[in-house]
Amino acid sequence: MLRLFKKILTTGVVTEPFKAAKDDELEQLGIQIKKFIDKKFSGSIAIRAVDAGSCNGCELEIHALNNPFYDIERFGIHFVASPRHADVLLVTGPVSRHMQTALLRTYEAAPNPKWVVAVGDCAACGGEFGISYASCGAVSNVIPVDVVIPGCPPTPLALMKGLLGLIK
Amino acid sequence: MKQSNSSWQADFLEKVNAAGITVEQISLPSITLWQIESSRWQQFAELAVQQNLRWAAGWAEHYQEQFFIKACFEQNGFYIVLRTIINDASPELPTQATVYPAANRSERHTQDMFGINFTGHPDNRRWTRHKAWSDHSFPLRRDFPVQGAPEAVTPPDMDYSFVKSHGAGTYEIPVGPVHAGIIEPGHFRFQAVGELILNLEERLGYVHKGIEKIAEGRAPESLARLAGRVSGDTTVGHCWAACMAMEQAADIKIPPRAALIRGILAERERIANHMGDMGAICNDVAFVFAQMQFTRLRELWLRTQAKIFGHRLLMDCIIPGGVNGDLSEDDCILMKQEIIRLRSELSEILQAVDMNSSLEDRLYTAGYLSPDIAAAFGTLGYVGRASGQDFDVRRDASYAPYNQLTVKVPLEAQGDIASRFWVRNKEINVALKLIEKFIDQLSPGNLIADWKTPLPGSEGLGIVEGWRGEIITYIRFDADNKISRFYPRDPSALNWPALEKLVLDNIVPDFPVCNKSLNGSYSGNDL
Repeated sequence: MLRLFKKILTTGVVTEPFKAAKDDELEQLGIQIKKFIDKKFSGSIAIRAVDAGSCNGCELEIHALNNPFYDIERFGIHFVASPRHADVLLVTGPVSRHMQTALLRTYEAAPNPKWVVAVGDCAACGGEFGISYASCGAVSNVIPVDVVIPGCPPTPLALMKGLLGLIK
Repeated sequence: MKQSNSSWQADFLEKVNAAGITVEQISLPSITLWQIESSRWQQFAELAVQQNLRWAAGWAEHYQEQFFIKACFEQNGFYIVLRTIINDASPELPTQATVYPAANRSERHTQDMFGINFTGHPDNRRWTRHKAWSDHSFPLRRDFPVQGAPEAVTPPDMDYSFVKSHGAGTYEIPVGPVHAGIIEPGHFRFQAVGELILNLEERLGYVHKGIEKIAEGRAPESLARLAGRVSGDTTVGHCWAACMAMEQAADIKIPPRAALIRGILAERERIANHMGDMGAICNDVAFVFAQMQFTRLRELWLRTQAKIFGHRLLMDCIIPGGVNGDLSEDDCILMKQEIIRLRSELSEILQAVDMNSSLEDRLYTAGYLSPDIAAAFGTLGYVGRASGQDFDVRRDASYAPYNQLTVKVPLEAQGDIASRFWVRNKEINVALKLIEKFIDQLSPGNLIADWKTPLPGSEGLGIVEGWRGEIITYIRFDADNKISRFYPRDPSALNWPALEKLVLDNIVPDFPVCNKSLNGSYSGNDL
């Protein structure tokens, strides 16, 4: 036990200060609507992550948001287990046809008002997989998308900027 | 890859011939290929299992209006590819799945994608196919258009006939496809009594993206990019296996410096993933200290990768013929310093982990996978090695740069979650040493070999040890440098069935940690 405490003590706090994205950066992410956003979300958002067909690269970087460097919960952003508790659906992947109904039902289960953030190049435009017999391509082909965070995969910093842009 | 006929191959060939199976040995530069009649498919497997051959992969190909069905076997690091050709509109052949459980899902995949019927299959329910295409159409046949004929909204897969339980007190728990965490989609169907798991059935295929189909017609660079996204956490492993297969088909040899850099990339990927998994296993039993420490170390590791290789997860660093970037002296110094720091941090953290009794209580004896079952399913990588399966491509079927040195393969024998945790730790230590040695061996040289357009029909079989275990990738070229067939066999395809076994008699709340200890890739399995 002492070893454990010693390690915690010597590690210290590694969480990094976060510089909010500038307005033009936000615009690149498609967040022009931020001035008009619903006040209900200000200060806190609950996210339901949905992998709709991703290669799992995006999931690795979404996971990283919870590591002590980014510690995204300090901004009131947390991941919830049920879409019924969610303000935001964070959707990755091209939407595989086998996940299409599951994604639609998850979207319906999330209460209004809700936002959909498409994460990664595949979610943005189909990426390496595009549209085929097995893939619907971009998330916006299946449900309405409010914000797109591109990247293959987007870095945790890009994800932070995009998500914090929502509650700015 | 070693190619010479080892002694077992000659002995085995005699036995096969004695059993009345005619084997046509087809000479290919990089693959030992045996062709038999389709009616003998199962009989061959029976002989193979008597000889203790491991069933490693199975796939098919619709080529020149015929169906080529293949199975890959291994022993002592020597591989043979068994092939049969069927020229029939409704092809069928006897199953190997009754002999090798490992062949079960692979044959179901081939059945769904090609319409090839494996007669006598113990479980011929559809597998990869849900509702995105009909049971009369087969996406990997030549006449199936890549766009298919999908409905506007693909209906949910409601009528799959799961195993049912009967009797008072048993109940079912359906889980997924959308799960509660940040995790890939798949469906798990539990039958339980109280908290005790009586049976688990996996239903995967949700992230089937048509990778094999959309690979057709790609140029080598484009195929490498796709291979790097078969499973994002294994981008180096899959990209390497695909490039190795393409390089065999094109008959080119990559420069030594490129091979060493590939080795460094692969070992870095192994370490990054093992650190993530070790933290996540602890997190699933609420030991958050370890999760925070491991994710911190992983983050530092990924930042170094971004700095040196230009990508946190090392995507697209391997390209056909070599690698995409060089290492400077400073990069090498940085990596070596980082290794020293990581070793000392890991030893501090692991001492704290090892002394923790609550962690011991949760991880020891939980999720037990016996060596027999591990062998029967052909489990790979840390899952197999934690249950005594002593196999590692880097040592047993060595390839550059691993063939320049001795690769130590750590084993654990207990077969529980703790074993799968500690075997990962040992593999990190081996990988750190390998990186140091590869850095020391670097000498100036080219990073890429000149590409040669492969002859139409050329084949290659790339076999590498990814961080999850052996990856086998088959590639055939068409004319004009275009891919005709791409089949990547992720180790998850063979490890997933083991999860159904190792959760038995555990309690339902221990399922997440059992699952994480195996950590199969959904995307790599579903393709």
